[in-house]
Amino acid sequence: MSLLVTKDLVKWFGDTHAVDHVNFTVRDSEVLALIGSNGAGKTTLVNLISGLFRPDGGQILFRDADVTHQSVHGRIKAGIARSFQLVNLFDQLSALDNVALTIFSRDGKTRNLATLASGDSAVWDEAADILRLFGLEAKARMLAGGVSQGERKLLDVAVAYALRPKLLFLDEPTSGVSTREKAPIMDTITSVVRSTGISAAIIEHDMDVVFNYSDRIVAMHQGTILADGTPDEIRRNEAVTTTLIGTTETR
Amino acid sequence: MSTLAPALQQIGSTAQTLRVAVPIAALLALVPLVLPPYGAILLAYGLVMAIGALGFNLLLGYTGLLSFGHSAYFGVGAYAVALMVKYLKVGSMELFLVGAIAASVLITALFGVVCVRYTRIFFGILTLALSQVLWSLAFKFFWVTGGTDGLRVPTPSLFGGLVTGAGDKTAFMSHAYYYYVLIMFCACAALMWVIVNSPFGMALQAIRDNETRAEFVGVRIWRYRWVAFLVSGVFTGLAGALWVPLNGLTTPDIMHWTFSGEIVFMTVLGGFRSFAGPIIGAIVFNYLKTYAIGYTVYWQLLLGTVLVVLVLSLPTGIVGTAGKLAAKFRARSSG
Repeated sequence: MSLLVTKDLVKWFGDTHAVDHVNFTVRDSEVLALIGSNGAGKTTLVNLISGLFRPDGGQILFRDADVTHQSVHGRIKAGIARSFQLVNLFDQLSALDNVALTIFSRDGKTRNLATLASGDSAVWDEAADILRLFGLEAKARMLAGGVSQGERKLLDVAVAYALRPKLLFLDEPTSGVSTREKAPIMDTITSVVRSTGISAAIIEHDMDVVFNYSDRIVAMHQGTILADGTPDEIRRNEAVTTTLIGTTETR
Repeated sequence: MSTLAPALQQIGSTAQTLRVAVPIAALLALVPLVLPPYGAILLAYGLVMAIGALGFNLLLGYTGLLSFGHSAYFGVGAYAVALMVKYLKVGSMELFLVGAIAASVLITALFGVVCVRYTRIFFGILTLALSQVLWSLAFKFFWVTGGTDGLRVPTPSLFGGLVTGAGDKTAFMSHAYYYYVLIMFCACAALMWVIVNSPFGMALQAIRDNETRAEFVGVRIWRYRWVAFLVSGVFTGLAGALWVPLNGLTTPDIMHWTFSGEIVFMTVLGGFRSFAGPIIGAIVFNYLKTYAIGYTVYWQLLLGTVLVVLVLSLPTGIVGTAGKLAAKFRARSSG
């Protein structure tokens, strides 16, 4: 069953059609990879769906409800969360505080300015549990700005996960980390995603990551969807092979 | 790791703060008994400014917004008191505070709507421009505000009339009023401590660190900034209300942008990255300014030079530098 559907979604930047009448679908409980060369429109598509950009045309349906004109907050409440290509954390707060703040916000508790945050043990317990899920419990007290790049990537996802989304967009979760770190990061992320039954749409350039961890792949090129299928189907797709993953055979 | 450990550690840090704060409050309570009246009154000025600086730092240190217009809210508090005396013949300090808070809420709520949509230099310039509007109103509408002559404020009655200012004004200001200011300071500091350590305070720090991410974890940026602006302005307005009976007079000078600069300076001097920084900065700045004025007619030159040297030599402020030195000392003694 479709969790998210976009219908003829359009976004222009001047004369450039960054997203050109895109019909994109994410199904329930799947790990989907969104691939394409730089400028293909992947991040713009995610920005449109998450509410960072307003579309110039088309429709976004999430769980059959039209969220095209909803605010970022409305989409978060509906169950859409995201991480960012360039890690976006609260660097002067600890790793634990990053996750706890997200939980406070999710539960509408950040409106409270009359009680100490430290007194809400349920929130801190949940934050500690989430850090443990992502293997970051040893870094709980460290400032987010002070942990390694790989850990920052995981923390970025953990923060988005703390919103308890139904659909999680991950923008290049392994970019900027060493080859050795990529597999453990993806193992952790996909294990959390699959164990909780949520859907994840992952923008990724590393084809090893794409083919090893996704159930379905959507390939974009020049603002349009070039192909949509299982990893095997995409591997055999001639258009994709010639335009996007011409190097896969050499890998 | 126990799942309760984080919460317990934070509660521990609150207990640690109380262990430092309570003896300091006790020492402050002894000041009128050991210092001459002038010393106590000077410290009362410092404590009043500390309340204003605490409010200012909610925006600068915790929300990442540099306001150059906090003189406006200080002035609103002071003029609200003076106008209550002039038009309503009120003499109760508690009514002064209620009036000043109401006026500050009104003005900061309005100014906040305009300012919080912007950040960085745009926010700073907007706050400065709006404060100059209030300054020019206080300056030009002399039939209401007294113009450059200002408005006089007599000694108020305290605690619902239980303590009156009849008799020696210096004795009243250095004892009864000093304790009144001290109680207000302790209450304001405790309240601000709770605010910055509340979930709301965490959200402000998140906005300061990363506005985009804060929005994507569900924090409504403008709304939270507006509430922070409001609380900040009310604290500064309250400081203005407490200041005016001490001074006995309010003039448009306290609404001028240069006074906003003083509030910025005292906060940076103490260290805006710590809770205690603005408090220490306000008290130190008040002493520096008072002694510079008493020492030379070129006091602005002397004060400016001293402050430039202090800021250059203590880039993290007095409290930040003290913290670093203490950490070094601990490391050396343990190693």
